[in-house]
Amino acid sequence: MNKIWAFFIVSSILFSLFTGNLDTMNKHILETGKVAFEMTVKIIPVMALWLGIMKIASLSGLLSKMARRLSRPLRILFPDIPKNHESFSYISSNMIANLFGLGNAATPFGLKAMESLQSLNSKKDTASRSMITFLVLNTSGLTLIPTTIISLRMMYGSKNPTEIVIGCILATLCATFAGLLMDRILARRCSHD
Amino acid sequence: MISTISNMLIPCLVCGIILYGVKHKVDVYDVFIEGAKESFPMIKSMFPTFLGMIFGVNLFLNSGILEFLLEFLNPILEFLKIPFDVVPMAVLRPISGSSTLAILNHIFEVSGPDSFIGRLASIIQGSTDTTFYIITLYFGCVGIKRIKYALWAGLFADLIGILASIVIVQLIF
Repeated sequence: MNKIWAFFIVSSILFSLFTGNLDTMNKHILETGKVAFEMTVKIIPVMALWLGIMKIASLSGLLSKMARRLSRPLRILFPDIPKNHESFSYISSNMIANLFGLGNAATPFGLKAMESLQSLNSKKDTASRSMITFLVLNTSGLTLIPTTIISLRMMYGSKNPTEIVIGCILATLCATFAGLLMDRILARRCSHD
Repeated sequence: MISTISNMLIPCLVCGIILYGVKHKVDVYDVFIEGAKESFPMIKSMFPTFLGMIFGVNLFLNSGILEFLLEFLNPILEFLKIPFDVVPMAVLRPISGSSTLAILNHIFEVSGPDSFIGRLASIIQGSTDTTFYIITLYFGCVGIKRIKYALWAGLFADLIGILASIVIVQLIF
């Protein structure tokens, strides 16, 4: 990540220097703080709301009940997490929210899942294997209904806005499967080092 | 059908969780407030990671490097019969969600959502997610510094998702 970040910034600035585009660079350097702040502010209300509701689910015992039910199938993907651990319930809530295209609700569940995976992690500054598997599930965009795209297609007057759903599901399945496979291969290579 | 389910899901979920809480004698209101308070430490650790990510990504997107590199790719794409407009979208998909959405808008406006390229762009947008954003957000929030192979696995999934979209759109339509 360090190298990629440095590459993004240094190459952009050098390139702009050559093409005489430094004015835009200046503008964007100064705007970074504002954009990041706006992004953070946008996420606060959704996060607070869902964390509040999740707390009720957690204290009432609903989450641990869910975790017991789902830990068996999910352990195929996450063999490192102990049986019936609470992180299974957060992981499954995140996956369900993603499947139904509820990205807003998926993020707080996902962050809770990360927190709970971190409590199992022995090296606190290094990603654990389960964390990476969980991230791959999220980055491959596993979804049944791409809500934003359907509404955009409607907006632009598509005759059949939902015709792409099957294609999306197939493509996302390929991506998820490939990601998980890559994750397994790299995890094995890492543990040999 | 599926969209009705997804519309009903959130209200039903909220109602179900609160009912379950009441049934198990949880002080639902107090607990809700307590849980909502927990969002602030999370958000506090989020801001610096957002800042770092946006700094790098925004400079890169606005430097013109991508446009420069894509010129070289043009002949290869013509040979493979991949529409040129989709390429910046595919390249940007893992880096920036908002700019791919802007490209999608542009493609719909110019070619229409029911054209070949409109469908392809829809499927690319729907089949992958903003890998960089998710990695910085999720790892940043729990303070992970060494992400090991997470980025490579995520980017590999994106690549396969995009290639699959190209194949699938030609098979289905």
